[in-house]
Amino acid sequence: MGTYTLFVGQIFNGFSVASLFVLAALGLALSFGLMRVINMAHGEMLMLGGYLAYLTLLVVPGPLGILVAMPVAFVGAALVGAVIESTVIRRLSSRPLDTLLATWGVSLILQQAARNIFGAIGVGVTAPEWLNHSFRVETGLLAGLNLPATRIFILAVAIVVLAGLGLLMAKTRIGLLVRAVNQDRFMAGASGINVRQVDLAVFCLGAGIAGLAGVVLALLGPVTPNVGQTYIIPAFLVVILGGLGSLVGTTIASVMVGLFSALVQIFVDVSMSQVLLLLFVIAFIQFRPQGVIAVRSRALD
Amino acid sequence: MYARILRFRWTIAIVVVIIAALAPWLVSAYTLTLLGRFLAMSILAIGLVLLWGEAGILSLGQGVFFGLGGYVIAMNLKQATLGEGEIPDFMTWSGLDALPWWWTIFSHPLLAMLGVILVPAAVGAVFSWLVFRRRVGGVYFALITQALALCFATLLVSQQQYTGGFNGLTDFKTLFGFDLGAIGTIYTLYWVTVAFVVAAFAITYWLLATRYGKLLRATRDGENRVRFLGYDPAPYKVIAFSIAAAFAGIAGALFTLHAGVVSPALVGVVPSIEMVIWVAIGGRKSLWGAIAGTLIVNFARDQISSALPSLWLYALGLAFVLVVTFLPDGLAGLGTNLVSRLTKRSDDAPAGAAPIVRAEG
Repeated sequence: MGTYTLFVGQIFNGFSVASLFVLAALGLALSFGLMRVINMAHGEMLMLGGYLAYLTLLVVPGPLGILVAMPVAFVGAALVGAVIESTVIRRLSSRPLDTLLATWGVSLILQQAARNIFGAIGVGVTAPEWLNHSFRVETGLLAGLNLPATRIFILAVAIVVLAGLGLLMAKTRIGLLVRAVNQDRFMAGASGINVRQVDLAVFCLGAGIAGLAGVVLALLGPVTPNVGQTYIIPAFLVVILGGLGSLVGTTIASVMVGLFSALVQIFVDVSMSQVLLLLFVIAFIQFRPQGVIAVRSRALD
Repeated sequence: MYARILRFRWTIAIVVVIIAALAPWLVSAYTLTLLGRFLAMSILAIGLVLLWGEAGILSLGQGVFFGLGGYVIAMNLKQATLGEGEIPDFMTWSGLDALPWWWTIFSHPLLAMLGVILVPAAVGAVFSWLVFRRRVGGVYFALITQALALCFATLLVSQQQYTGGFNGLTDFKTLFGFDLGAIGTIYTLYWVTVAFVVAAFAITYWLLATRYGKLLRATRDGENRVRFLGYDPAPYKVIAFSIAAAFAGIAGALFTLHAGVVSPALVGVVPSIEMVIWVAIGGRKSLWGAIAGTLIVNFARDQISSALPSLWLYALGLAFVLVVTFLPDGLAGLGTNLVSRLTKRSDDAPAGAAPIVRAEG
């Protein structure tokens, strides 16, 4: 296997990891943009999506079970998100740091519940036949390059979600309301928008997308009670890099984080790549503390 | 009235310290070991009052500094068990043939003691300065500290040849020549821990009464307003973070001496955020509360988690949600509330318990 192949292979891996990060981080970034709070139990929405995929495949086996699992996981995670938003986050939205801690408590409870229901070892979701092969480049400069279908599927899911969300934000009335609240919460409220409802809707949407990401994750490995924790910390870093609640910023930041991790892993092991990623983030905020995309605002924090 | 309460407070403080110092004769040997460990942890909690309660900086990475202090002292303890030219067995297995220089310098007792304080403080200062100088704070800072905790714990596990990996460092025999198993050493260590708690308490109490403390509180309540007044809040926050890191380092070192082991399991993401709940339950703005919270949570864990481990995690999760939502000032806040309600009834003072409205921006 040539150096080119390794390099291109890692770039492909980087994009597929980035698509997981973007699915995990979108909900965080959108809610952070609106309410300035971070939901530490967001990782458990991934976990929930994974378990829902497992349960759906028990009911609907067969090649298209995974396509049924996606809406199920979306709705399931969105409903749990609605409960978290209306019971915990709503009460604390004026205290962002306390929201972190309270939602961490929620995350502990959800993880322990998963451990009691499904066991600590985790459950497996077998990818359907049509996702079980991979594309190989046999000749030329990139001979030996291996592109597993699951990873291409993940990329496709992320692109579809991003495109859908972009359309939703740009073309629909809901999107208009979200953008209005994002720009100026008080003016939006004053002009008759139900700000709380927009908060709730965006939170549910974000949780639902994380649920989708959970289905995709289940294709890659076993679903364990702490599967969300593995992905959530890079997703937090994506939110920091992305800038306040910007779709484009979050996407670019996900690609940066995904590519950075994949490329440094050519040279160092996984644990060292985490350290380098953190150093990269700290170095990045030296130059752009406001994130990739700076949202202009007259408000002073 | 107020002066009388203050004098009363000092009397209580002295009585509590005396009782704490007499604990070796008051409680069982097992409870004393636990008490020593938990009091060591409460030094970290005192640092969190300064950092989180007063300066409003939430760190989800205090385990890193706890671990740095612990590993520095553990390197000294480990080297004390080795003969001339020997290296720890995990180093032999990993193919090293000599101790790295950053192990050997801590074989000197004085350097080890300095290292326990200065290594965490320096790491904390550099890290927090890089973040605060670009005015990144609040939620972002909390998330970055959490990533720091993750990195530190995974590094400790993966750099097994230097750190002992997942098992950490253990099997210590002597501290600066004293036998760690001897009853005299155990008692002395306990008293040293109590002394450090008192010192950390006094230092923080004094700091918070100075102009520096006032500036920290001002930064917490309205960072931009502090800027408009002509101050740069970054250095003040860096100092608070470094002091909290140094306290965490001392706590980690003392904990390691009491527990006889330091390992990555004590310093990662989950332990780091649990350190915050000690202070949240006790009261983030109260030094007493932080110490009490640390003892309550850890003794409760000792009681509950061995019998019903899954119940403990539910209880901890619920504690996070309920305390933060309904008791933002913890048990200490509850206590103060009760006292002020009682005194209000007798004094009929109108302004005593006026709600404090936090200014946002």
